[in-house]
Amino acid sequence: MILRLTRSTQSYNDFERAVSTIRSNVDTASPDYKKNAADMAEITGTLRALHEQIKLGGPEPHRQKHIQRKKMLPRDRITALLDSGSAFLELSAMAGYQVYPGEDVPAGGIITGIGRVSGVDCMIIANDSTVKGGSYYPITVKKHLRAQQIAMENRLPCIYLVDSGGANLPHQADVFPDRDHFGRIFYNQARMSSQGIPQLSVVMGPCTAGGAYVPSMSDENIIVQNQGTIFLAGPPLVKAATGEEVTAEELGGGDLHSKTSGVTDYLAVNDAHALVLARRCVANLNWPSSDLPDAAKEVKEPIYDPKELDGIIGINQRKQVDVHEIIARIVDGSEFAEFKENYGTTLVTGFARIHGYRVGILANNGILFSEASLKGAHFIQLCTQRNIPLVFLQNISGFMVGKDAEAGGIAKNGAKLVTAVACADVPKFTVVFGASYGAGNYGMCGRAYSPRLLFMWPNAKIGVMGSEQLTSVMNIVGKAVDPNLRNRIDRENEATFSSARLWDDGIIPPSETRTVLGLGLRTALSGGRKIEGGSRSEAGREGRFGVFRM
Amino acid sequence: MFAEASAASTALSSWTNLFGTPYHTVKHSPECNEYYPSQEYAISGWYRSNPGPVSMMQRQATCENTRKMIPQYYARTLRRPPPSIFTLLLRSRYSSISTSTPQPNYKPLTNILIANRGEIALRVSRTASAHGIRTTTVYTEPDRLAPHALCTPHSVNIGPPSAYLDVEKIIKAAKDSSCDSVHPGYGFLSENAKFAERCEQEGLMFIGPPPSAIEKMGNKSESKNIMISAGVPCIPGYHGPNQDPQYLLSEATKVGFPVLIKAVKGGGGKGMRISESPLNFLEQLASAKSEAASSFGDSTVLIERYITTPRHIEVQIFADAHGNCVALGERDCSVQRRHQKILEESPAPNLDPKIRRDILDKARAAALAVGYRGAGTVEFIFDNDTGEFFFMEMNTRLQVEHPVTEMVTETDLVEWQLLVARGEPLPWTQEQVEEKMNGWGFEARIYAENPDMNFIPDSGPLIHLKTPIPTDTVRIDAGFGQGDIISSHYDPMIAKLIVKGPTREAALLKLRKALEEYEVVGMSTNIEFLKKLAVHPAFVKGDVETGFIQKYREDLFQKVETPSEVFAQAALSVVVKQNIPQAYNDPFSFAGGGVGYTGGLQAHTVLFTEKKGCGDDITTRDVEVVVTQTSPQSYDVVVDGKTTFNNITTSLSSQTKITSFYPHTRLDTTVVRVEDTLTVFQHGKKFTLTIPRPAWLDKALGIKKITEGSVLAPMPCKVLRVMVEEGEKVGKGDALVVIESMKMETVIRSPREGVVGRVVHGVGEMVKMRTTLVEFVEEAEVEGEDKALPS
Repeated sequence: MILRLTRSTQSYNDFERAVSTIRSNVDTASPDYKKNAADMAEITGTLRALHEQIKLGGPEPHRQKHIQRKKMLPRDRITALLDSGSAFLELSAMAGYQVYPGEDVPAGGIITGIGRVSGVDCMIIANDSTVKGGSYYPITVKKHLRAQQIAMENRLPCIYLVDSGGANLPHQADVFPDRDHFGRIFYNQARMSSQGIPQLSVVMGPCTAGGAYVPSMSDENIIVQNQGTIFLAGPPLVKAATGEEVTAEELGGGDLHSKTSGVTDYLAVNDAHALVLARRCVANLNWPSSDLPDAAKEVKEPIYDPKELDGIIGINQRKQVDVHEIIARIVDGSEFAEFKENYGTTLVTGFARIHGYRVGILANNGILFSEASLKGAHFIQLCTQRNIPLVFLQNISGFMVGKDAEAGGIAKNGAKLVTAVACADVPKFTVVFGASYGAGNYGMCGRAYSPRLLFMWPNAKIGVMGSEQLTSVMNIVGKAVDPNLRNRIDRENEATFSSARLWDDGIIPPSETRTVLGLGLRTALSGGRKIEGGSRSEAGREGRFGVFRM
Repeated sequence: MFAEASAASTALSSWTNLFGTPYHTVKHSPECNEYYPSQEYAISGWYRSNPGPVSMMQRQATCENTRKMIPQYYARTLRRPPPSIFTLLLRSRYSSISTSTPQPNYKPLTNILIANRGEIALRVSRTASAHGIRTTTVYTEPDRLAPHALCTPHSVNIGPPSAYLDVEKIIKAAKDSSCDSVHPGYGFLSENAKFAERCEQEGLMFIGPPPSAIEKMGNKSESKNIMISAGVPCIPGYHGPNQDPQYLLSEATKVGFPVLIKAVKGGGGKGMRISESPLNFLEQLASAKSEAASSFGDSTVLIERYITTPRHIEVQIFADAHGNCVALGERDCSVQRRHQKILEESPAPNLDPKIRRDILDKARAAALAVGYRGAGTVEFIFDNDTGEFFFMEMNTRLQVEHPVTEMVTETDLVEWQLLVARGEPLPWTQEQVEEKMNGWGFEARIYAENPDMNFIPDSGPLIHLKTPIPTDTVRIDAGFGQGDIISSHYDPMIAKLIVKGPTREAALLKLRKALEEYEVVGMSTNIEFLKKLAVHPAFVKGDVETGFIQKYREDLFQKVETPSEVFAQAALSVVVKQNIPQAYNDPFSFAGGGVGYTGGLQAHTVLFTEKKGCGDDITTRDVEVVVTQTSPQSYDVVVDGKTTFNNITTSLSSQTKITSFYPHTRLDTTVVRVEDTLTVFQHGKKFTLTIPRPAWLDKALGIKKITEGSVLAPMPCKVLRVMVEEGEKVGKGDALVVIESMKMETVIRSPREGVVGRVVHGVGEMVKMRTTLVEFVEEAEVEGEDKALPS
């Protein structure tokens, strides 16, 4: 029997598949699994309810008033704008959640996300004027800028559905002056436009003062008659300044700007008309239709149900989860070509496909030791060389500490991993499926390392360290410990706390990780065409270096 | 082996070949392996051959009959009993047992010009071609792409739309194409004695009766006199000059009450009275006379028997040049609208066998009395109350409804026409015909017309056409296929659906099923109306009369509730069709159900408007359907905010077919969208929904909103007269314009009170359907609500 096999020189493709397919050891009937699933169901239930509330937008009376003015609600606008049957990857829906005491700013008063319009993947940025008149809170600015950054990195045409009263005046100090404040929006528009990333505005409400620059700095814009206005100063300010009495429509309405000033390019009779015109504008971008590199012809779903992730992960951070079980429920056909399977086993590395797109995966399977760090750096370099996007699956409480570790050069080796992560110019994606503590966050491509997108699972925790460790460190260093410290840290470690502040791009249901990563990969790989030639992914290899072993 | 043999014999036997009658035995005899091509192979998809015997057993029996019949055939029918030229040809080519008899001197028939269009042109062409006879068709400009113009390599353009009535052009076409005969079909020149005469003058054989017979039957009073002298009952009455009331009363008593008193110059119901008994006769007479005098300036009236529940029963007769005449059973064509038949059957239901015998005999007598030859129909009015019947007229042509007779007699009447035209004797005797007759046949005429608008004719392209699958007992005679245009220049009949069953009940079941399978999109049709007729209890019982539709108006025009599933299916088809194509490496394409906790963003609201009712009683309602995609293939649908269907798995199996699995059932629905109109076929019923155009679109396009009162053309038409002036005040129901379409005048009346703002089209202008004819002055411009949410 053995003899016969070794005599064969034919390498069958199914053998390759067989040695790559992850074998799951999850027992869905076990008490542990059931407990985990129940715990997860509880927190996802809360999250769902929260998101349902956020989806509504501002308070009911505001929404009714909005509808009475024959304006469409922002989410309906996006629905009407998008291609029928296409997905909308909404970003940071939790923004602003419990950030401003006493003030409720659902979704930060602005809806951002990636969606397909007339066959082109676009970044959509829509003000919600039912939330505080669509005014810009600091978190609104941050979310707007983050969306622009994603658009810039992925070369996504931007569509601004403008309906905003401008900066939120009480918060002006945190909105106006700094580098990453209001002014940066227009800076980004100009820069993106210069890079050939189209900027389109649909003026569906007021654009006052600085806000006037959003449509004014767009490549093309559309305004809704008797509804959208653009002016540097509104009627009250004009009256105060010059005594001139004028209505908003006369001062900066659609008719004026489309017929007299030339500030706007297309005049629409209402929202629906404006969105039809916007779709037409996108159709005329002559945006290269994506020819996707290396996407598999046929895509296999994972052989294990992604819904099982809920029961696998649970919410108990202390229990180590075998990350292979998670990878098995994210990648195509549950096939994972593991690299250095038996070396530095606390970091799992290997190649797989997600929705047909080849990726390199780095996933924590314990604390980072020197070997694991070296292996990670090596793997990142491999992927960079080969132009393979990286997916980081984070569940890390940090690098190993202690005498042995330091003696083994953990600082040096950890630094190698961090350097590799920082320098890798291929599209990077990070999903925090457990803990994200300390320098582990850096080594595993935390926010500071510019992943294209970063998502949290509902159970994820983020911070310099866990509340338990943090309080004990504080005790050891002998500081008087605030009795509420532990609770405060616990709350600050929550995914919702992180997401509200835009430390991530949103909280996602574990079972949808595969889909969300697929959308991100598609966006990164398809939108990334420079018109003058050369793909974005090639541009991402500028900082090339030779492969070296560590 | 056996299976193969029986399959072959099924195919062969399904066509009862008259020319080949002597070979029936050969065809079915087990010891003979002779094979000759059935005409079946030459038949296009429009038409399946006449029904043959159904089972093997029956087939055997038929063979036996045929075998037995042969001696009778020779003995009884003819003075000269030779087989036809076709038979001879077939014998020499295909049969080894040919025993040739001398060929008599029949007229040659090799190239027929078909002076007609539509299904009858194709019908004639089929039978002729099957016998190797060349056919030449004629077509007019609007018909140049019509199937009849394309069905043969020989086709002549005769020019303007009315050219089918141009005797000389058609004769020239026949001569130029070296035709030796002309088949007139029905309508057009088929009953034009002059045309028949001209044909004969030019040496063309007219496939129809002699001109003299057409002439005689074409003249009402002459034909009546001939009938009376031939003993054929005519409707009793007094048409004389004596107008003395007492004399008229005595005449009325002779005629028998109830009687109809009718102004000689009358029309449109004016000067017409019905008197039930001698008691009120004088009173009614005076009333009729005074109305006649004031309306027509002539008070002369005539008296006729009034038949309370009349039926239209007609007899298919066939006569040859040798003095033979047979009656191929009767047809009941009582169900009529606008005095035109829409549903015919044979035999006539609930008819006493003795009366039937009498009607058939009288019909033969009528034909013989005028020296008839060829196919003809003798029409009678039948008094359902007394069982009496009276001669109405004779149609000297093959009729639209001839296939019903073909079904029950298992004949090909066009084939008979050709035979007779050549001078051959009739193939069967009356006894043979009656022996052959079996089962029950129905014909439903599929018309492009709108029953809800008083059967107003419609026209347009056949955008979608699905017919029942033809079988031996389900036959479709159509002149048009998908993509063809039903022209407003001609008769709006799209097709004829003919079914046969062993009993009336069985045939009616088949008719219903076949109608349910019929799908026509592109114009209004009467199919839904026919379905309602076919299930009406009175019709099922055979209680037919010419006033049937009027009598059961309430039932037949009842509004049908549209099931929620129809709206759901229509909305799904709209959404699914517009969805981006699903590809696995494009996660955007199949995560349309939403991603993340805020997923389900894409709930699409689709708005439909449904019109219901007929005539002036039309109501519209808006139905909102919300479609939410929950996974690549599944959707949640909420109809009208009330009915919710969760987790519907749906897919498009073609551009028009959507299959959905609801929690409670599977639905295969055909949805055809033409601009804003969706035609939905579901569970054998048709529903029409419109997608209302949002008000903003009109505004964006700069179209002034069509105000509620504006009057639109109900169909493509020509403006004949304009009855109002701009600035004129009109009341509801006042005549505004008179239009002409499909050779019919229609008065367009004002739907409301108001002031005429503008008469959009003047006299003589051609107007498209749904364009504004008259605009009203508006008191104030009303801002239109946006009806449709974008999807």
